Amino acid sequence: MCGVVGYFGATASRSAGRAELTRMVGALRHRGPDALGYHVEDGVGFGHARLSIIDIAGGQQPMAGGDDDTWITFNGEIFNYVELRQALVAEGVRFRTQSDTEVILKLYEKLGPRCVESFNGDFAFAIWDRRRRQLFMARDRMGVRPLFHASVGGKLYFASEVKALLEVPGLTAELDPIALDQTFTFWFPLAPRTHFKSISELPPGHLLVAREGHVEIKPYWRLEYPDADADRADRRSEAEIAEEVRALLIDATRIRLRSDVPVGSYLSGGLDSSIVTAAAKGLVADRLTSFSIGFEEAEYDESAFQEHMVAALGTEHHSFRCRNADIARVFPDVVRAAERPMLRTAPAPLFLLSQRVQDRGFKVVLTGEGADEVFAGYDIFKEAAVRRFCARQPGSRFRSSLFKRLYPYLPGLQGQSPAYLEAFFKARPEDLADPLFSHLPRFRNTAAAKVFFSDDLRRELAGYDAFADLRARLPADFTRWHRLSQAQYLETAHLLPGYILCSQGDRVAMAHAVEGRFPFLDHRLVEFAARIPPRLKLKGLREKHILRKAARDMLPPLVGNRPKQPYRAPDAQSFAGAAPSYVEACLAPATTRQMGYFDPTAVAKLDAKRRNGRIVGFRDGVALVGVLSTALWHQSFCRNPLSNNKTGGHERASEERAVLAIEP
Amino acid sequence: MLQKNEQYSPLSPELTAKEVRSFIEENFLFRGNCESIRDDESLIAAGLIDSTGVLELVAFLEEQFGIEVADADIMPENLDSIRAITSYIASHKPR
Repeated sequence: MCGVVGYFGATASRSAGRAELTRMVGALRHRGPDALGYHVEDGVGFGHARLSIIDIAGGQQPMAGGDDDTWITFNGEIFNYVELRQALVAEGVRFRTQSDTEVILKLYEKLGPRCVESFNGDFAFAIWDRRRRQLFMARDRMGVRPLFHASVGGKLYFASEVKALLEVPGLTAELDPIALDQTFTFWFPLAPRTHFKSISELPPGHLLVAREGHVEIKPYWRLEYPDADADRADRRSEAEIAEEVRALLIDATRIRLRSDVPVGSYLSGGLDSSIVTAAAKGLVADRLTSFSIGFEEAEYDESAFQEHMVAALGTEHHSFRCRNADIARVFPDVVRAAERPMLRTAPAPLFLLSQRVQDRGFKVVLTGEGADEVFAGYDIFKEAAVRRFCARQPGSRFRSSLFKRLYPYLPGLQGQSPAYLEAFFKARPEDLADPLFSHLPRFRNTAAAKVFFSDDLRRELAGYDAFADLRARLPADFTRWHRLSQAQYLETAHLLPGYILCSQGDRVAMAHAVEGRFPFLDHRLVEFAARIPPRLKLKGLREKHILRKAARDMLPPLVGNRPKQPYRAPDAQSFAGAAPSYVEACLAPATTRQMGYFDPTAVAKLDAKRRNGRIVGFRDGVALVGVLSTALWHQSFCRNPLSNNKTGGHERASEERAVLAIEP
Repeated sequence: MLQKNEQYSPLSPELTAKEVRSFIEENFLFRGNCESIRDDESLIAAGLIDSTGVLELVAFLEEQFGIEVADADIMPENLDSIRAITSYIASHKPR
């Protein structure tokens, strides 16, 4: 696990190219503190910051192929490299190292870009093929490892994080208004778009091939589901499917324990991380080390379940208690790590957790992330099912009473009368045929926070419709899938890579050189789960039914039967009352006006509510975190505010100083 | 806003409506002027009050007008427009 950077195109000299790479990779030292490496030749340069995990001695990068005609810079892991290597050795291929990196190179030399189809792993890499004068880049199927690129002055640059690209001369940060609109609707921008106008991400499951004057980007894998008719006709028994899930899950965990350094485990106390930890425990010889977060507020705290699992599994456990003030304290660092505005604070405790993991000397952790997407665990799936069920008999008292069964972990919602719940969740007649049906309440509630957008930003958006944009990107066969599959697709193909795996995953872990590994996101398991009949995933209103069945004897009943409690952190509460001084500075009218994205009067009113601790509604909560994180993002990265002609030069300069001088 | 000592004095419907409107503008509308939402407009449909925001409205009614809002009364027909809220206050004013 590491940070990669590079360019493709002519430089003034090799030393000039080397100097560019040095600056770029310098911005990624947090990802790879163990070693730095460079390779520069005419027209191409690679850099690498290494976190040594596999073949500590032999795995230096950039690495050359046998005849020095291919070079690679690689971030991530190919978990099935052992099997791939054996097969290549059997064919007579010779290896110089024990690393997975060399396996990528050899398989590329054999198959070309199609090699990615053989990889089971989390990866982002670039290969320079000197004979073909071709740069080839690829990113893993689910989007675990990041990869960004930009074109400047006829050169293609790439890097694991945007920070490195911003070191490229001529590349400056400027907010993409559409990305902000999408964030204030979906919680993230739709790939390949990023918040930075001139920078794109290589979407998950995509590859890029660049030759002189030509760049091609295309998918090599996509998430797909069977037609709803095929689901109904599936006659496999529940027991048979559960057994296969179990076998795949154990194998996915087994290959994710491959490492030359110890592997720890995140243990939230919920079903998914408990299953992963239990599976890992059966596979490692030594005592497993686990890590968890507790919260000072009972609403978020899962300590009791964590302790229960620790006792059941006998792990060596380290728990860290996150206070609201801790979240407020590190939030600027979290935004800088994530490189994007965010509407939730949930990445902050994970940022703090990875720090503790690093302090304990661990570089690798297993997590349960992905199970809720792959096996239908989130309440949004139930919500969609109940909304549709109610819409079929609009007058039914019994049906609408089911709204009470949703979101049992949200006290604000549980305090609602049935009549209000119905008013909030009830599907509008025109919604029923909408492909985004399952997500309309979430998207609409979030988009309500766009009321804070400034008039300038609205003008620039010129009536842009994020809902229509997302609908237009759905696969052609989407409408034939089961409703639950459609909802799962929206979560798995969009929210997962767009928010969970980056802001809550790679960035906050790699900020402290910790690599997360996700057994539930093994593509064999993802593909198998997509073909499990929906009725076995969400059985009535019991979420992840088939997974619970598959893992039944691995867990104590208290955890195995536990209803879903998603990982959440206090949002607006973390900034209520006397917050660190940066909060007030970020929300001050002068700052808001200077950035130009939001309406200063409206933000000032929101800030007044924050100070009085009166932000309780969903919209106000996402607005507060969204406006605050956008301001922090702007301070961290931007030099070109949207409306820099709004105030006189002198006043503007003093405002800027005021904002930049604040201490978190 | 009213002064403390005026809090429990009977208000004319016009004053009550004005007070409610000003609270909604300050706390939910955030932008625009008092004319931008009609008296009979649904606060939910307008995207002003979401599933948890209504509790904020109830707290305001109890604190500002000294009325007690029973759980059973927390229904859209009582609270989902400025007009509905105004008449709810009128019929629940403390004696």
